[in-house]
Amino acid sequence: MTLAEKILAAHSGKKKVSPGEFINVKVDLVLANDITAPISIREFGKLGARKVFDPKKIVMVPDHFCPNKDIASAEQAKIMRDFAHEHDLVYFEVGQMGIEHVLLPEQGLALPGEVIIGADSHTCTYGALGAFSTGMGSTDIAMAMATGEIWMKVPSSIKFIYRGKLGKWVGGKDLILHTIGDIGVDGALYSAMVFSGETIDALPMDGRFTMSNMAIEAGGKAGVFAYDKTTEKYLKGRAKHPCIVYKADDDAEYIRTIEYDVSTLEPQVSFPHLPSNAKPVSKVGNISIDQSVIGSCTNGRLDDLRLAAKVIKGRKINSRVRCIVIPGTQQVYMDALHEGLIEIFITAGAVVSTPTCGPCLGGYMGILAAGERCISTTNRNFVGRMGSTKSEIYLANPAVAAASAVTGRITGPEEICK
Amino acid sequence: MMLKGTVHKYGINVDTDAIIPARYLNVSEPEELALHCMEDIDIDFVKRVKPGDIIVADTNFGCGSSREHAPLAIKAAKVSCVIAKSFARIFFRNAINIGLPLLESEDAVNNTENGDVLEVDLSKGEIKNLTRNKIFIAKPYPDFMMKIIEAGGLVNYTRKSIVK
Ligand code: SF4
Repeated sequence: MTLAEKILAAHSGKKKVSPGEFINVKVDLVLANDITAPISIREFGKLGARKVFDPKKIVMVPDHFCPNKDIASAEQAKIMRDFAHEHDLVYFEVGQMGIEHVLLPEQGLALPGEVIIGADSHTCTYGALGAFSTGMGSTDIAMAMATGEIWMKVPSSIKFIYRGKLGKWVGGKDLILHTIGDIGVDGALYSAMVFSGETIDALPMDGRFTMSNMAIEAGGKAGVFAYDKTTEKYLKGRAKHPCIVYKADDDAEYIRTIEYDVSTLEPQVSFPHLPSNAKPVSKVGNISIDQSVIGSCTNGRLDDLRLAAKVIKGRKINSRVRCIVIPGTQQVYMDALHEGLIEIFITAGAVVSTPTCGPCLGGYMGILAAGERCISTTNRNFVGRMGSTKSEIYLANPAVAAASAVTGRITGPEEICK
Repeated sequence: MMLKGTVHKYGINVDTDAIIPARYLNVSEPEELALHCMEDIDIDFVKRVKPGDIIVADTNFGCGSSREHAPLAIKAAKVSCVIAKSFARIFFRNAINIGLPLLESEDAVNNTENGDVLEVDLSKGEIKNLTRNKIFIAKPYPDFMMKIIEAGGLVNYTRKSIVK
């Protein structure tokens, strides 16, 4: 069995599961946010359930439109807050919160071998730790909150093997944009993507989160990594409870195996309006930008801010560009502060926001006007995702977003960091 | 169950931001969401759509976010079903869970144009194009899902086991 199949078998009380099989799965963690929780709570009420299955296994995070951006979102956030307090759930108030998918691993709440479901499509992020985690809708979450179980179809697995040493400015974001560019936005539909190979063995944890995070952008149900020394080190002193590590069998079956030699891979830029429109940065041409966003559950971790700061240090943000830096959590913010990164950003003329999803989904803190262009470290560049339907989003890694903020056009970092 | 309506046809990869833009997610009432359904790819959709109408689209319909607001908005816009060559996984689940029927049929999509009138027999998975006088058969639901559909969605299906 593959890693995904192993975890799902263990959580459904079966010796063996196979792709396509429908199973009932026990979940270890259930997540919802200020946008999706209100519907879950409504459906939870309709179920006739009075109590949640286990308050310690349900996490609610006000991150999308919080701190509340307007009256309507304040009402939604309040529904979640009240419910979380009433049922004594794991809840992170503004001041302790962060973007959910950066926060949960950081807090040691998402662990290897677990089944984690969330009412947010990027719940697949925790696959980086060797968990089986996937996004679902609010009704599914309501059901899981009540029963601690959920039905699932066992996905088939696609194995991706990456070989070669990555270039200086190339990381997890570039690997995943390149992969989605290759297989398309439905290239892994209904499947679990398995990331492996020598390049992956050497990839730091934050880069792995970025890759798992974007599995959904290829239609994937999950994006998983095997547990290794890097995972072990990350979890040390962090894990909130014990966990079981599963390993794929040597004779596990994959419906496809795709190999990439990434030794010459350049930083990638995905053009509007699909994540699959990826090109190497040298082929981008002259594209001026109005805004650069560095943050989100894809690239709002400490390594990401370090990378951006390395490019920006000692330089100035172009006077025609709004550079918006959003640390993923309060902890990332503090660490960045201690390392002097925040000072580098502010001195250069960037704005640093409190942790929030903010502009990533066109909420607030950097909405685009018609005709404007943004380079962004986020994960989606759909029409209207960050504001006007006549605006454009280009996806890239933090070094490219930072370099572009300096020059005012889409730029590879090596061009300015000689 | 028989459905009948006029077709609104779209292309590949219709994402959840197109179905219901995130800027409207500060509410969760289906009726309010319906006012902005498909707004970013088809500004007049809400004005044109009539109860029972059918959305027909190419591959990967509903890709992107897990927002249940997307199928809720379509259902509250009184669309009776969505027919596509394929659906994104989370959207598919959500639609079944809230009782918005989806049908997968490549043939039906290839042989249907904007404005055609379709008649759908859900129990048989039969799609009749009345304008072109053609019949197509959609991929059947797995048994497991059919039970959820028959119960009228996941909440009804689950309620029995909880309130005991
Ligand atoms: S940062 Fe963006 S993609 Fe991530 S959870 Fe928030 S809105 Fe979703």
